[in-house]
Amino acid sequence: MDTFLWPLVGGILIGLSAAMLLLFNGRVAGISGILFNCHKAFVGEGWRAFFIVGLIVGGVLIKFISPEFFSFDINLSFPRAIIAGLLVGVGTKLGSGCTSGHGVCGLARLSKRSFIATITFMLTGAITVFIMGQLGATI
Amino acid sequence: MKNIMALLSGAVFGIGLSVSGMVDPKKVIGFLDIAGSQTPWDAALVFVMGGAVVIGLAATHLIRMRQNPVCDSQFHMPTNKLVDKKLLSGAALFGIGWGVAGICPGPALVNIVQLNSQIFAFIASMLIGQFLVTKIVK
Repeated sequence: MDTFLWPLVGGILIGLSAAMLLLFNGRVAGISGILFNCHKAFVGEGWRAFFIVGLIVGGVLIKFISPEFFSFDINLSFPRAIIAGLLVGVGTKLGSGCTSGHGVCGLARLSKRSFIATITFMLTGAITVFIMGQLGATI
Repeated sequence: MKNIMALLSGAVFGIGLSVSGMVDPKKVIGFLDIAGSQTPWDAALVFVMGGAVVIGLAATHLIRMRQNPVCDSQFHMPTNKLVDKKLLSGAALFGIGWGVAGICPGPALVNIVQLNSQIFAFIASMLIGQFLVTKIVK
C-alpha cells in the first residue's frame, strides 16, 4: 500500500498547493520560474520569495515530524550533480518550465505546450536513464 | 495576504513533495527506468502526478470561473501558445538533466533540508544554467 498511498497523498497536496496559489494570487506554481525570478521580490513580487521559503519550510517540517521520509541517501558525484544542474537550468529556462509548471499546472490547464513539453522531458529522461543504466552509472 | 498565501502554498507543495517520495532521486530514476534496466519499474510518480493533475484540473476549472484571484486584480497566466524549437529543445534538455541525477527543481529545493553538498552544487549550477540562457538566447 505504501507504494502508491504516500505518492498519491503527496500528489493531492501538490495539486492543492497549485490550486491555492492560483485562487489567491492568480499565479502558476512553476518552481523553476518562481525560483529564477526570485529577485523580483525586491520590485513588488515578494510572493516569489515567500513561496520558495515555504517550499523549504515544508521539507524542514516533514524532516522534523517524520524523518523516515528523508531516510534515503543522495549518492551523486559532484560532476554528475553539476552537469545535471546545468542541463536542468538551461532546459527549464529555454522550455519555460519543469515538472511543476508544465507537468502539473500546465496539464491541469489543458495547455498544448505543456502537454508536448511533458511528453518530451519524460521521453528524454527515460532514454537518459536507459543509456546510463547500460553504462553502469546507477544512483 | 499575497505573501502569506504564497508561503502556505509553498509549504503545502514542499510537504507534498516530501511525503510523495519524489525527493529521493532513486524513486525518480526508478520511474524513468521504464525498461527496468537498473531496477524494477517504480510507478510512484504516476500516482504523484495523477493526484496533482486531477486536483489541479478540477480546481483550475472552478477558479477560472472567477473574474479575478482573491488577492490580485487579475490572473497571470502564460500567454505563449507556440510549440516551437525553443520549447522542444528546452524540454528535451531538461529531461536529460532530470534523468542524469533524478532531481528536478522542486525536490532540489526541498532537499536543502538534507544539507547535502551535491544538492547545493545542483541548485547553484541550475541557476547558472538559467542565467546563461537569458544572456545567450533572446
